[in-house]
Amino acid sequence: MSQQCVLAIAEQSDAAFRKITYEVLSEGRRIADSLGCPLTAVVLGAGEDISKELGQYGADRILIADNQALREFVNDAYTNVIADIIDKENPCVVILGASTQGKDLSPRIAARINAPLAMDCVAVRVENSNLVVTRPMYGGKILADVVLDGNPQIAAIRPNSMSIAKTAGAGSVEKLDVDVGKIDLTFIEKRLETGKVELTEADVIVSGGRGMGGSDFSVIEELADLLGGAVGASRSAVDEEWRSLSDQVGQTGKVVSPNLYIACGISGAIQHLAGMSSSKVIVAINKDPDAPIFSKADYGIIGDLFEIAPLITDEIKKIRGITN
Amino acid sequence: MNIVVLLKQVPSTESFIEIADDGVSIKTDDLKMVINPYDEFAVEEGIRLKEVHGGSVTILSVGREKTTESIRTALAMGADSGVLIQDPAIEGCDSLGIARILAAALKEIPFDLIIAGQRAVDDDGFQVGVAVAEYLKIPHVSMVIKEKIIDGKIRCHRTVEGGTVILEAPLPALFTTQRGLNEPRYASLPGIMKAKKKPLDIKTLADIGLDAEKAGKPMTRIMSMKYPPEREGGTIIEGDFAQAKAAALVKILHEKARVI
Ligand SMILES: Cc1cc2nc3c(=O)[nH]c(=O)nc-3n(C[C@H](O)[C@H](O)[C@H](O)COP(=O)(O)OP(=O)(O)OC[C@H]3O[C@@H](n4cnc5c(N)ncnc54)[C@H](O)[C@@H]3O)c2cc1C
Ligand SMILES: Nc1ncnc2c1ncn2[C@@H]1O[C@H](COP(=O)(O)O)[C@@H](O)[C@H]1O
Repeated sequence: MSQQCVLAIAEQSDAAFRKITYEVLSEGRRIADSLGCPLTAVVLGAGEDISKELGQYGADRILIADNQALREFVNDAYTNVIADIIDKENPCVVILGASTQGKDLSPRIAARINAPLAMDCVAVRVENSNLVVTRPMYGGKILADVVLDGNPQIAAIRPNSMSIAKTAGAGSVEKLDVDVGKIDLTFIEKRLETGKVELTEADVIVSGGRGMGGSDFSVIEELADLLGGAVGASRSAVDEEWRSLSDQVGQTGKVVSPNLYIACGISGAIQHLAGMSSSKVIVAINKDPDAPIFSKADYGIIGDLFEIAPLITDEIKKIRGITN
Repeated sequence: MNIVVLLKQVPSTESFIEIADDGVSIKTDDLKMVINPYDEFAVEEGIRLKEVHGGSVTILSVGREKTTESIRTALAMGADSGVLIQDPAIEGCDSLGIARILAAALKEIPFDLIIAGQRAVDDDGFQVGVAVAEYLKIPHVSMVIKEKIIDGKIRCHRTVEGGTVILEAPLPALFTTQRGLNEPRYASLPGIMKAKKKPLDIKTLADIGLDAEKAGKPMTRIMSMKYPPEREGGTIIEGDFAQAKAAALVKILHEKARVI
């Protein structure tokens, strides 16, 4: 039998790789190195022009399954094609992103090929040729080490939690003949808000809560814009319809881990903390000195967010030499 | 229209979770157990669909004795009947194992539509619903905030990074819920009274034609659990006036934390 590989599933949207793809490739490379085996990347629904870049992120081989039916993510077509590739390539590990796509795709693949799957891994290591992954449970209140036993072993990694590493290599590119198989789902339409930084991929998030007092989020939008970040919200702000549902951070919203999370007018309820406590640095601005958020924040300012947030924006402009 | 909702009972989200002495599970004794919030959306959507299209809503769960309380709550909301699969052999099953059991149980329950939560907020697994669809060889759409059934097809709005995607699937199909789909109703007092008389069957694995072996050996196993690193109670930035505080914070974020 030929040597097994680590198979990394890339993720593209409108023929551009999502950030998670580089995280998946980089982590896939690290796993392949610990196992002493090659890394094979798979790109569905895009061509060689973008795919060859993956060699710079550690792929020894890059397999391209380009077909009109794979341009948009449609589960049954993707599952059929990936299951075929797994069958042919016989990988020992499959790694992909726990994005909305990965969460839709990976359980279907795992069930089809009868392979163990761990979702939202924040760390992956190899022990006696088994993957041991660390994954949050109970809304991040617990971190569990989970051992996977099977062939292949599937790890879906949480966006923004693995470092991206460039390598010197350039992988070989192979185009595959694809058979998308039986398809039940019909893709109708995609509606994307353009120009918006996706919360789960953002390096900086400025979130507003009930303390915003209304739907005018301009003070925190300006701060987020300046930092190239995204605006998030607590559930209360979403329930008030000040922000859209897709902005909600927390146990029943998005789980985020940016480098910097600035919570403005958010008390720090346990369900909110579940969504943001793995951020690298947390800043809280709240007028109540006893707000629970301060016990989780690295830095806190007690004060009125409408006064403080614009001043922070101004101070950042100053250090960046931007004049008003 | 026959609708089946997959319901899991979980600790309420405000619970303080403690690791048990074995180091690989949690202490459940004092926890308040509730319907998984995403499954609550599923129950609500099922009832609304029944109100429009007629038919019935069956609640299906793999759980313990106590799970009957959550099933009764769903019946009080308006679901018609419940099935609980309870068997000591189920302990230790992984997500795919649970999905196989649910799929086996669904062989005996007629359905046009299955609704599941996108995830259970205890294991945060994101697996069982989708895997059930695969075992039943039916299409699924996940993280749905809006759906409509016309002419034997379900059209779903699925949330993705930065927007939504609209997909259509022929019935029978399965979809998983996303917050925004609906606001679950509270059980009314008459609803609670009626629920007591609604059928709730408790079955073992043998009753659905499975044994522990067929349910499958778990391929994932928790080796250890720990608490996430305690975030150190932070530094409160002091200053004589607001601008001094803002300047001090920005200096720290820039020079010390190096995040801006
Ligand atoms: C099943 C379930 C799931 C949930 N899921 C989530 C979830 O995913 N995400 C989530 O966020 N919540 C969730 N919640 C709700 C959660 O329990 C809290 O109710 C919510 O997070 C509170 O939002 P908040 O902090 O914005 O509002 P509040 O708790 O009302 O806090 C507002 C804060 O703003 C401060 N403030 C007011 N004015 C100003 C000002 N001018 N300047 C500075 N500070 C000011 C106040 O001091 C206060 O601390 C969930 C609850 C349940 C039951
Ligand atoms: N034990 C169970 N009984 C019934 N449904 C379940 C069970 N476990 C999970 N589910 C369903 O699958 C969804 C996803 O669960 P999970 O994969 O555990 O995150 C849940 O929201 C439920 O709808």
